[in-house]
Amino acid sequence: MITLSHYLVLTAILFCIGLVGILRRKNLLMLFFATEMLLNAVNIGFAAVSKYYMDLTGQLFAFFVIAIAASEVAVGLGLLIIWYKRVGSIDLDTMQSMHG
Amino acid sequence: MIEAIAFYTFATLTIAMFVITVMSKNALYAMSALAAGMIFISGFFFLLDADFLGVVQIIVYTGAVMALYAFGMMFFDTTREVKERNSSAKVVFVLSGMAALLMVVILVAPIISDKVQALYPMREDVGNAEAVGIVLFTKYLVPFEVAAVMLLVAMISGIIMASKRMDESLTLKEDEEIQKKAAQ
Amino acid sequence: MEKYLYLALFSPLVGSLFAAMFGAQPKKLITGIVSSALLFVSLFSSLYLLYYVVTTDSIVHVKLFDWINVGDLAIPFGFVVDHVSVIMMVTVTTVSALVHVYSIGYMKYDEGFNRFFSYLSAFVFSMMILVMSDNFAGLFIGWEGVGLCSWLLVGFWYKKPDVTRDVNPSISPSWAANEAFIMNRIADLGMLIGLFLIYWNTGSLQYDVVFQDVSALNIGLVSLIGIFLFIGAMGKSAQFPLHTWLADAMEGPTPVSALIHAATMVTAGVYLVIRANPIYSAVPDVGLFIATLGAFVAVFAASMALVNQDLKRIIAYSTLSQLGYMFVAAGLGAYWIALFHLMTHAFFKALLFLGAGNVMHAMDDELNIFKMGGLAKTMKWTAIMMIIASLALAGIYPFAGFFSKDKILEVAFDSQHYILWVMLWVGAGLTAFYSFRLVMLVFFGEERYKKFGFHPHEAYWYMLAAMAPLAVLAIIAGFFEEGFERFVTSILPEYHFHVHGITVVALIGVTTLIALGGIALAVYKYSRGGFSEKWKENPVYQLLINQYYIPVIYEKLFSKPYAELSRIAWKELDLRVVDATVDFIANVIYKSGFKGRVVQSGNLSSMLKWMVIGLVVLLILVVLYSPVR
Repeated sequence: MITLSHYLVLTAILFCIGLVGILRRKNLLMLFFATEMLLNAVNIGFAAVSKYYMDLTGQLFAFFVIAIAASEVAVGLGLLIIWYKRVGSIDLDTMQSMHG
Repeated sequence: MIEAIAFYTFATLTIAMFVITVMSKNALYAMSALAAGMIFISGFFFLLDADFLGVVQIIVYTGAVMALYAFGMMFFDTTREVKERNSSAKVVFVLSGMAALLMVVILVAPIISDKVQALYPMREDVGNAEAVGIVLFTKYLVPFEVAAVMLLVAMISGIIMASKRMDESLTLKEDEEIQKKAAQ
Repeated sequence: MEKYLYLALFSPLVGSLFAAMFGAQPKKLITGIVSSALLFVSLFSSLYLLYYVVTTDSIVHVKLFDWINVGDLAIPFGFVVDHVSVIMMVTVTTVSALVHVYSIGYMKYDEGFNRFFSYLSAFVFSMMILVMSDNFAGLFIGWEGVGLCSWLLVGFWYKKPDVTRDVNPSISPSWAANEAFIMNRIADLGMLIGLFLIYWNTGSLQYDVVFQDVSALNIGLVSLIGIFLFIGAMGKSAQFPLHTWLADAMEGPTPVSALIHAATMVTAGVYLVIRANPIYSAVPDVGLFIATLGAFVAVFAASMALVNQDLKRIIAYSTLSQLGYMFVAAGLGAYWIALFHLMTHAFFKALLFLGAGNVMHAMDDELNIFKMGGLAKTMKWTAIMMIIASLALAGIYPFAGFFSKDKILEVAFDSQHYILWVMLWVGAGLTAFYSFRLVMLVFFGEERYKKFGFHPHEAYWYMLAAMAPLAVLAIIAGFFEEGFERFVTSILPEYHFHVHGITVVALIGVTTLIALGGIALAVYKYSRGGFSEKWKENPVYQLLINQYYIPVIYEKLFSKPYAELSRIAWKELDLRVVDATVDFIANVIYKSGFKGRVVQSGNLSSMLKWMVIGLVVLLILVVLYSPVR
């Protein structure tokens, strides 16, 4: 039987894959992909919790997460394009102006 | 039984797709794998009786968001391999592994108490979409409206970022001025 | 009557503050005049109080205000004018007022004129507190005050640099000032211990309370108190071994030497012993020790004065010697005699110093008496006054010194301490000799100064006028002896002589004989050109002229090891341990900030990595500290 724990473990695994992506990727666009993965992973978690406790709150939460993710992508891509036009590269290492 | 099969299938596929997204050196492959992963996640939603959410996932995420990424990819040279300088792969995997382990421990261990109450319980008689609608427009009305405003703002910001010469107004000027400006 | 007490006490303070206002400015004559005038006010108040005490035989006792009131300890700011203190007041104010007038002329061309009068009047104020206070704490305040003002005044020309000991045995004014202050400090520790013992065992520091209770205390304790108080007196009155500062204090201006190191500060120790006479009467053994030490110092100092070439140092050693006489008298129980000698000595010693000041001024501050000679022709009045003072010092009838010094010798003989008597008798002879050696070498004989190009002239008329009253007192003060005895023994214990009649006359005769002998030897030898140069090879001469090498011994034994210890404490302990620890803490914080700055690299990827690390840490905390297990 598939219990809540299965879904939550799945959520954890997907979230961590997303973390790996965040840490590894030096290309800003790839970073955005990994961010999407994080959001999707928690969406699964919300939906699972919602089903197993017979509460609709989780689904609504996931719904709003999707809305926010969409708007975030729009704005983020817009900025990314402007940066690319201005600087010519979207590599993270070139975006460093602080000297540490 | 079917549920279990479906769950494990979807799980394997999703994980595989996401791993490709993270590990691939080709941007196009990564994007495609991400889109595929999104679809499989919507499959999960259908498994969980969250029909509305599953549909929204496909339309919004896979349809709109991934399409947006695809348009964004046009600006960058996608045939070229993305060169990345990885400082230390070991640290990354160790960190993520620990995070995964810890989260699993937290979630699997009997920490979640039995005191969770359902505030908006699912009703058996209505379908999922109708139930979502009822809750959305009663309890979550304000967040709904705020989310709408936020989308509006995002749209406006997208327009502004993409366009040029936004300080001039085309509707309040005479035709000759516009022609002159265009000729310059 | 209280207002005279306040006038006498606070006029010097007002004068000092007035002069202090002009401290940093160039010379203003008004400071000298105002300070001297205020001192005369103090003098006349003291004389009036003397008249009052003499005629009514009553004591003036005031309490200004409560100073310290802590638990059981109650120390008021109180002042008493009784027979002893009024004598001291009159002595101090007389000499001070005259020295102030003298200084107007002496310091005429000095740029620190205003500062000088401020310090001088402050000194007189502290001395007045010392003698007028009615408790040991007030005495100690005055004690410290005179120590401070003495430091300020001896080091008056502090800008003079240090030189080596063979060029100038006092090295420099600031060095001499430090030496005086530090030696006094060492002695003050003893005095403080004495004060603590007194308070601990009697519960009060007021003179009347302490002296009543002291008879009830255990004898060993009283001896300890007496010894510790005497240690304090040893520092202030420069008894052996804390004597080296007095000769070196001659680096200060001559009026300072006249006031402080002849008449007032150095007598504070004797005053302490006289004031605390109930303590010392209870422990005659301590008194005997004091007397023996005094006799030793008398001869010791006189021996060093025999060969010295420095004008002021000879007079300084003679002061040291006479202080020894005073302590002999006080130690053997003849307190009123000690007080009497204190008073007469103040007059003629101050006169000697002021005369020396005149000579120095005439000789452009030259101190070597072998470069002088035959000055009596040009400085007639100074010569006369110094001869009067020297006669008084040598103890020739009818001058003042005869009465006081002879009495002390009688006391020594009378209490059957014949060795002390012999020492004092020898000392009298030496005193006469070196006093007249000084007079002969400076004022008579060959005019050696012409070879060195000096052009001496007599001092200003008002400086001579300031010295004149002292000369008069040096002559006539001895005749007040009987009245003095009657007056003072209302408070001080009497001394009953066992020898009478022919023995007394014989003693006086023998003493006068040796004094005259000393004078005759000096006059004879120095009118014929002095002793031959061969004497300088004599090891005894070398010993004497180097002050028995005691300053050198002190330097090697105490100063250098202590300086080394201080240097070690500074370099090894303070710099390496304390500073290093503090610096280490600061460094740790700085370095950790420096290293931690890496986190804020600006590189998004690494910052995300730190975020994940933080997330992992939080998860660990959740697992470890979760409330639901």
